[in-house]
Amino acid sequence: MEQINNLLSASNVTDVLFYVFAALTLLCAVLVVANPFSRNPVTSAMFLVLTIISMSGLFLLLHAFFLAAVQILVYAGAVMVLFLFVIMLLDLKEEQRRRIKFFGLAAGLVSVGIVVSIFVKALASVKTDAAPPTLEGETYALGKLLFTQYTLPFEIVSVLLLVAMVGVILLSKKKLE
Amino acid sequence: MNVGLHHYLFVSFMLFSLGLLGVIMRRNLLVIYMSLELMLNAANLALVSFSRFNNKLDGQVLVFFIITVAAAEVAVGLALIVALYRKRQSAHVEDLTSMKL
Repeated sequence: MEQINNLLSASNVTDVLFYVFAALTLLCAVLVVANPFSRNPVTSAMFLVLTIISMSGLFLLLHAFFLAAVQILVYAGAVMVLFLFVIMLLDLKEEQRRRIKFFGLAAGLVSVGIVVSIFVKALASVKTDAAPPTLEGETYALGKLLFTQYTLPFEIVSVLLLVAMVGVILLSKKKLE
Repeated sequence: MNVGLHHYLFVSFMLFSLGLLGVIMRRNLLVIYMSLELMLNAANLALVSFSRFNNKLDGQVLVFFIITVAAAEVAVGLALIVALYRKRQSAHVEDLTSMKL
C-alpha cells in the first residue's frame, strides 16, 4: 500500500514537472519568435537557450538522460555560442517594423492552418490505452545500439561533420588573389 | 489525469507551429534560422516521446543523429549568412531579392 502511495505521489510530481517544463518551453519559444518588447536577435537567441534547456527537462521526464545531456552540451553550448558569435560579428541593428504585405500574410496563415489541421488529425489518431512505458534511455543502452546496429550511419555522420568543417572553412575564407 | 503521449505530442506540435510562424513572419535571417532550430527541436521532442511510449530505443538514436546533423547544418548556414552579409551588408530577407522574377 505504501509503495503504491509512493508511486502515485511520484507520478504526480512528474506530472507537475511536465506542465512546468512544457509551459516554460512554449513561453520561451513564443518570446523567441514574437517578443513584444524587443526585436533584437540577441534577445531571441537568449530565449532560444532557455527553450532548449527547458526542453532538456522534458527529455529527462521521458527518461532520455543521455539526450538531455547532449541537448544542453551541443545546442545550448555549441550551437547557441555560434549564433551569438555571428550576431556580434554582423553587428545587426534591430529589425525595423515594415509594412506587412497582404499576400505574404495570407500565404503564412494558410500554411500554418494546413499544418495545424494535419496535427489535429494526427493527435486524434493517437492511441491512449498503451501500457505504461518502461524504456530507459541511459547512455549504456544507447551506446550499445549505436555501435552495433547503427554503426554505418554513425560513421557516415562523422564524414558529414568533416565535410561541413571543410565547407565552412572554404565559405568563410576571403578570396585569395 | 496522467501525462501521456498526447501531451508531449501537443507540446511538440505547438513548438513546430511557432517555428513555422517565425520562419514566415520574421524578416531577420538569423531569427529565421533560430525558428528553424525550434522546428528541428520539436521533431526531436516528438521522436523521443514516440520512442519512450513505444518502448523502442531507435527513436533516440535518430534524435542523436538529428542533433549531430543540425550542428553541422548550423555551422554551414551561419557561414553562408556571413558570406552573404559581406557581399550585401544586410541580413534582411527583403534586401535579398535578386532571385525574384
